[in-house]
Amino acid sequence: MIDVALTVNGRAMTVSVEPRTLLVEVLREKLRLTGTHVGCDTSQCGACTVHLDGLSVKACTMLAVQAEGRSVTTIEGVAPDGVLHPMQAAFREHHGLQCGFCTPGMVMSALALVERNKNKPLTEEIIRSELEGNMCRCTGYAGIVASIAAGAKAMGAKVEG
Amino acid sequence: MYAFDYQRAKSVADAAAAFEKADDAAFLAGGQTLIPTLKQRLRQPSVVIDLGTLTELKGISVTQEAVIIGAGMTHAEVAASPEVAKAIPGLADLAAHIGDPQVRNRGTLGGSIANNDPAADYPGAVVALGATVHTSTRELSGEDFFTGMFETALAPGELVVKVSFPIPRRAAYAKFRNPASRYAIVGVMIAETASGIRVAVTGAGPGVFRVPEMEGALSQNFSIAAIRNIRIPADDLNADIHATAEYRAHLIGVMAERAISAIA
Repeated sequence: MIDVALTVNGRAMTVSVEPRTLLVEVLREKLRLTGTHVGCDTSQCGACTVHLDGLSVKACTMLAVQAEGRSVTTIEGVAPDGVLHPMQAAFREHHGLQCGFCTPGMVMSALALVERNKNKPLTEEIIRSELEGNMCRCTGYAGIVASIAAGAKAMGAKVEG
Repeated sequence: MYAFDYQRAKSVADAAAAFEKADDAAFLAGGQTLIPTLKQRLRQPSVVIDLGTLTELKGISVTQEAVIIGAGMTHAEVAASPEVAKAIPGLADLAAHIGDPQVRNRGTLGGSIANNDPAADYPGAVVALGATVHTSTRELSGEDFFTGMFETALAPGELVVKVSFPIPRRAAYAKFRNPASRYAIVGVMIAETASGIRVAVTGAGPGVFRVPEMEGALSQNFSIAAIRNIRIPADDLNADIHATAEYRAHLIGVMAERAISAIA
């Protein structure tokens, strides 16, 4: 077993893991942060998306030991006081989910794409291309794209169209 | 995933020494290929040596002649680098379309070329731009580095440290991608370099290859018309559920035309 010191949702901690333990397994099974979902477990679907030092990554395709010294934010860390983040509220308002399984990953990707594109106006084209790593099998994406545009606006980002 | 030991390398020399000592070690860069491979139990290393924290593998520098990129630079870092975008916009564009945003935040240049997936994008750039691969022990041209499907000239324990891409007069990459995996079904990079026009194809065959007939034609006349009648034989090309060999052969022409349009 290896001790891994990391920060999860602002809380510094040390977890003891086998080298083969995935980051998503630590989050879900050790820390009981079950908002991060495992969809495909093959790096395709993006349901397991979390932020690693602010960048979106697939927690199913990272070993927990690789998070040593890093800061991880999960969907639980987005609304720590129980009040929905503006991006989450936008998903509810604009029909950005049906079954909800992909939603935590979608919201984490949405927050990352707003941050990454903060120096230019956000367009539907940018939102769609930035969502390539997230799959939704219910909505057809129209509601998700509309939600992200609205959520970005609510966060103070410039959105075109 | 089978169990394995884990070691975090402290330097390139330390990584090589750890590899030497182990029975069957595997280097871990960004893990975007290795981890799925481990999950499928297609590999069973005794120890995984993590290169992820090596500052020796980081950094981008630009000289008069070349853009030098550390093997540990992620695709997102290369894509977002203003220096790369200014010197070789076609390379920044290639990096920006590897995989998806999450994969680009983890996957690295060194990991991609060391794995030499026949459908990977970077091998096309290494060969088209006439880049030099700097390993922990030597320097190799792309043609010498890529030796076959998932095969490279890397010896056990040898690792990619950086890649030096000579700055071309102009270059562009066009990819017909698998919409699910974003890997290249066919990708063509065309570059006008100091040593002439180079055309490199990835995704279509067992490994990256050049197309001398297109290079010759484009050297005479850099236009779509110059290559329109060149037919690529399908004999040695890949065929799978996504595309037949004949379709890939056709796509080489189409992607080459798109790359020329993007340049001209």
